[in-house]
Amino acid sequence: MLVRFFFDLRAAGVPVSITELLSLLQALEARVAYCSAEEFYWLARLTLVKDERHFDRFDRVFAEHFAGAERVFEKIVAEVPAEWLQMMAERLFTEEERAKAQALGSWDKLLETLRERLKEQKERHAGGNKWIGTGGTSPFGSGGYNPEGIRIGNEGQRQRRAVKVWEAREYRNFDDRRELGTRNLKMALRRLRKFARQGAADELDLDGTIDATARNAGWLDLKLRPERRNAVKVLLLLDVGGSMDDHIRLCEELFSAARSEFKHLEHFYFHNFIYETLWKDNRRRHSEKTATFDLLRTFNSDYRVIFVGDAAMSPYEILQPGGSVEHWNPEAGAEWMRRFTAHFPKLIWLNPTPEEHWGWTPSIRMTQELVEDRMFPLTLDGLDRAMAALRRKVLS
Amino acid sequence: MTETRFVGTDRYIATADLGMAVNAAITLGRPLLIKGEPGTGKTQLALEVSGALGRPIFEWHVKSTSKAQQGLYEYDAVSRLRDSQLGDPKVADIRNYIVRGKLWEAFDSETQPVLLIDEIDKADIEFPNDLLREIDRMEFYVYETRELVKARHRPIIIITSNNEKELPDAFLRRCFFHYIRFPDAETMEKIVAVHYPNLKKELLAEALGAFYKVRETPGLKKKPSTSELLDWIKLLLAEDIPPEALRSDDPKKAIPPLYGALLKNEQDVHLFEQLIFLNRRAR
Repeated sequence: MLVRFFFDLRAAGVPVSITELLSLLQALEARVAYCSAEEFYWLARLTLVKDERHFDRFDRVFAEHFAGAERVFEKIVAEVPAEWLQMMAERLFTEEERAKAQALGSWDKLLETLRERLKEQKERHAGGNKWIGTGGTSPFGSGGYNPEGIRIGNEGQRQRRAVKVWEAREYRNFDDRRELGTRNLKMALRRLRKFARQGAADELDLDGTIDATARNAGWLDLKLRPERRNAVKVLLLLDVGGSMDDHIRLCEELFSAARSEFKHLEHFYFHNFIYETLWKDNRRRHSEKTATFDLLRTFNSDYRVIFVGDAAMSPYEILQPGGSVEHWNPEAGAEWMRRFTAHFPKLIWLNPTPEEHWGWTPSIRMTQELVEDRMFPLTLDGLDRAMAALRRKVLS
Repeated sequence: MTETRFVGTDRYIATADLGMAVNAAITLGRPLLIKGEPGTGKTQLALEVSGALGRPIFEWHVKSTSKAQQGLYEYDAVSRLRDSQLGDPKVADIRNYIVRGKLWEAFDSETQPVLLIDEIDKADIEFPNDLLREIDRMEFYVYETRELVKARHRPIIIITSNNEKELPDAFLRRCFFHYIRFPDAETMEKIVAVHYPNLKKELLAEALGAFYKVRETPGLKKKPSTSELLDWIKLLLAEDIPPEALRSDDPKKAIPPLYGALLKNEQDVHLFEQLIFLNRRAR
């Protein structure tokens, strides 16, 4: 019964394996959860999902799959001894009350009635047997008793028969297909780190010392080595102004994350596309410019180059000399990009616009071709791929 | 007779889903991986489980320099070397130089223990992979003495993570995973109630209101969490601040008093002050 659910989860991009499915079944067998769809939901999430980023996807599949929750729910309930339910009901309600709490019929009917009543209901209600509220025997609301009830809001240890917690989709923010914060950015950038030992030997190499001492027939032979330092050099080129205004916050976060992560980090700004000059300070962008040729000369090819921009512009700005929106450029932007890719073998372009939209903008496709398909979206997943591309060995 | 089900304690409010997670992990003997915002009581959980069920606890706090091997045992080669140069007779038996780690101690416990592996994400990226067999089979091999160490009782393992590093799939597959959600206002009231049972109703309501308002400020770098709220209430009590002072209707005292306990970041304080200022002008 859970096999289809299992495959649906995989299709939705939740990485579940057979081991996890088996442990869920094992847990069900051990009666960790019973008689409650809510508990079943928690248990399934506990065993099948291993990352809060996947919670939202799980919730969606769960809602779709157990829409109505009849099949699974009834099956689980059927395993619970009838006396148990009876006992619980007797403890909580009088004979008369229970008689009133008659079931309303099928799930669909229940939902429909709920919708109608939600429309009708205007004020808070408690007790009684029709309106949504607390206590009482209406099928809706919380804290009451009705065999087919739906719980709305309210967390408490009550009858625990309500479904639908998963529909709140509280974990939407954790899905990694969304953008990211500084901390996540740092973690992703950290993958680029490459440590090398350089400089004065001032750290005791314990393993080396033991090894050398053993070879020395037991007489101490101290070995020292230089400290490990991050040796990666990064050149960050950021698009400012115009269409990038929407993404400023994200770029700021990327920038501050990158700055604390790398020892050698140089940054320059450009507008829409790179031409013959770039600048370091946005306030003095017209007075203090750096010639792009100087840049290519100053930074040798072991720098890793990261462009950040939405690449959304008119195609002329890439293809035509004089196409820039701001000034007269004697050479086309495409020409400059070719020089960059030739000089820096490790180069990528990060694009803050969602990957699905790229196909719609001709200039993005062009830029993608120019950077030899090394354009990645500015999401955690995209950044991962970007860092992998930057680490890849270049064949030359 | 020790308890077998965990439902929270008089000092620790466990939501129903957390309680079930712990019980499922105990029943099936799987490690439980706990994530959540900082300050939501991840580490505390292990201590409370051990207290509530009356089990001994072994805490292994992981640092960036921790190695998986350190949890099992360490061979103290340096002191053996020194002893050998001094001619100490202890040197002949290698067992004298095997230092037990937390995992070994937990395996050796008389009753079923609780083992806390705290902040596993701080360690090297390979760290969890090195513990796969130990966690799966609850045994490991000591090469120096050629003995197999087996757990007497499968420990209840609780692992916490702050998500600084991704954990490997093979490791995750062996764990149960629970994310401690930030408590809603109702749960929060209960949490505060167990810590400060004599708190006045009005003060609590006002403090919670102010607290959630601060939390909802968009763009905060570090949102205040449960532990910050508890600290703040402690301060409010110590300073004997009346509940009215927490209401932000008075434009001069728009910022909650002693907010240093809630906001821990200079930029956040600035941002918050700015927002309040804008709000006031808009009125």
